[in-house]
Amino acid sequence: MFYREAGDFKTSYQDDNQTFPIKFDRYRYYAVLFAAFAVIPFLVNDYWVNAIFLPFLIYSIAAIGLNILVGYCGQVSLGTGGFMAVGAYAVYKLMTAFPDVSFAIHVVLAGGVTAIVGVMFGLPSLRIKGFYLAVATLAAQFFLVWLFNRVPWFYNYSASGQINAPVRTVFGVEVTGPTAEPWAVYLFCLVFLTLCAIIARNLTRGSVGRKWMAIRDMDIAAEIIGVNPLTAKLSAFAVSSFFVGISGALFFGVYLGAVEVGEAFGINKSFLVLFMIIIGGLGSIFGSFAGAAFLVLLPVLLKNVLVSGLGWPTDLAAHLEFMIVGGLIVTFLILEPHGLAQLWRVAKEKLRLWPFPH
Amino acid sequence: MPDQLIFGMEVFLNGLMAGVLYALVALGFVLIYKASGIFNYAQGVMALFAAMTLVGVMEGQVPFSHLINAVLGTDVHHFGWHLPALIGILTTMAVMVGLAWLVQKIIFKHLVGQEPIILFMATIGLAYFMEGLGDMMWGADIKKLDVGLPQGINIWIDETTYGIFGYGFFIDNLDIVATIIAAILVAILVAFSQYTKQGRAMRAVADDHQAALSVGVSLNFIWVMVWSVAGFVALVAGIMWGTKSGVQFSLSLIALKALPVLMLGGFTSIPGAIVGGLIIGVGEKLFEFAVGPLIGGATENWFAYVLALIFLVFRPQGLFGDKIIERV
Repeated sequence: MFYREAGDFKTSYQDDNQTFPIKFDRYRYYAVLFAAFAVIPFLVNDYWVNAIFLPFLIYSIAAIGLNILVGYCGQVSLGTGGFMAVGAYAVYKLMTAFPDVSFAIHVVLAGGVTAIVGVMFGLPSLRIKGFYLAVATLAAQFFLVWLFNRVPWFYNYSASGQINAPVRTVFGVEVTGPTAEPWAVYLFCLVFLTLCAIIARNLTRGSVGRKWMAIRDMDIAAEIIGVNPLTAKLSAFAVSSFFVGISGALFFGVYLGAVEVGEAFGINKSFLVLFMIIIGGLGSIFGSFAGAAFLVLLPVLLKNVLVSGLGWPTDLAAHLEFMIVGGLIVTFLILEPHGLAQLWRVAKEKLRLWPFPH
Repeated sequence: MPDQLIFGMEVFLNGLMAGVLYALVALGFVLIYKASGIFNYAQGVMALFAAMTLVGVMEGQVPFSHLINAVLGTDVHHFGWHLPALIGILTTMAVMVGLAWLVQKIIFKHLVGQEPIILFMATIGLAYFMEGLGDMMWGADIKKLDVGLPQGINIWIDETTYGIFGYGFFIDNLDIVATIIAAILVAILVAFSQYTKQGRAMRAVADDHQAALSVGVSLNFIWVMVWSVAGFVALVAGIMWGTKSGVQFSLSLIALKALPVLMLGGFTSIPGAIVGGLIIGVGEKLFEFAVGPLIGGATENWFAYVLALIFLVFRPQGLFGDKIIERV
């Protein structure tokens, strides 16, 4: 009824190639953007921002990054936590070394640093494949966490070994530190997420994305038809690590404010982001959002229902969360390997004909 | 003889012992991988789960007591008996077999023919599930496991080496016992796969699923059996590590120790798992001893991975792995 392409005529190639070719989709997209930028900032308070919106926005960036590598290019990485740590420590070093520069520039530069590190750890992907590579990326995870733990230069020789985000501003508005306003940090992360999502969407639609997908589907065949595996794989690692680095920088600077590397960026973080894209949908930008939202909301929901509602002890709720997440992963892999994004796609297909199927 | 060299020798011996334990965990991986092409990330959690179950059964804990108390408001925690180790081990083994059957029935039956990486991710999900289940059943506190294995410094080695070098080597009795048990286990596994009917069927499945199926081997049975054997190996590993450092969450991380062992040795080779385990065990202990103090210590966390990574760049299939042939 609402959702159909009938009557929506395209008169130029530009129209034909747009990201959301169906009118309803396009308006929905604008509506979501409008709500996110112009409505939610006026409504949010401290609890909503810190419990739901910030983790959702930041994990979405990480999930988009990992989805580019795993979902589009087919190179499974278990080193996301380590790369987030690179972003966090890079932004920390930049923040303390150049206090007068805008924090937004720091975050982008931190992403760049992570991209370089990601390419370095992506080099073995040219020789080893599949889960040999997945295990090899664990080397990045453990090595990087160890490095940030043991080399005092990275945490500016602080006695505790932690890093703490000093107060930094963007256009005169505080975005880091304990006194930052909820709406400011929300908008700051939202801008980054929006930009990352637009970049990712367009990259995956273009020739770069096609090369990635060719490599994913069968790398030898792709090589034979003229896709250079070196540039395709390494560009995927670079772009992916860039996004993951940005999310790490925001995770430390804006969300947590103080970080102990083994705790915040351990192997569990790598698995969490991987789970997000499995549940959300491999090879789908929308899936990255859906997965991040799902795994951010699930613990909050469980905590509210079980601990506040039924009065269970918190450790039981935590164990149950493990079981549910693990069970969901397996269920999704069995029933719907393409995740929530596929369910969404199927729903849209159904909606096109609804309510008159003929 | 210079002191450094003698210390180095002691470190080397301890590394060998640690390597045997790594090899033990790696063996569980290899068995499942060979028979079903599943790279079982949950092996470490299986070891943890087995050790927890063993402690729980021996102490007479009520399973899910935490949950029952929270839901029903009761206060149950123990049955009030203490079982001998042997009965505990047998019961745990029964639980692991049941688990193997369930895993095959509920999960991997539906994933036959999927890409290896999907199967791998499914086992990560399984690992999370079992971690939650184990904690839910038996509680998350650190437990002491004592099945009567000897522990503490081996006096004989200490005195003998003192007599020769003027410095007594510190080698734990438990490590020696673990080494012997691991060696026996490997021998049993090799004999099992070479000389029994089921073992031969298992090798046939590993070789070619379709062909094995066509000559009447039941894939389902073989897979359940392989998961059970892996459960048994996990139980042995769980007992060793649990006795050494208590039954706790970190036990499940031994899976992460075994991964580089596998990469080094090749995923498909039992000798590879053993040799790889020894190389990693010795390598990381010697590296920590020689280079660790210079660069801040605790290098054991990553050394194995970096070693395996560098090695793989030159030989992608590992030491003993099957050669990777790629076709379009």
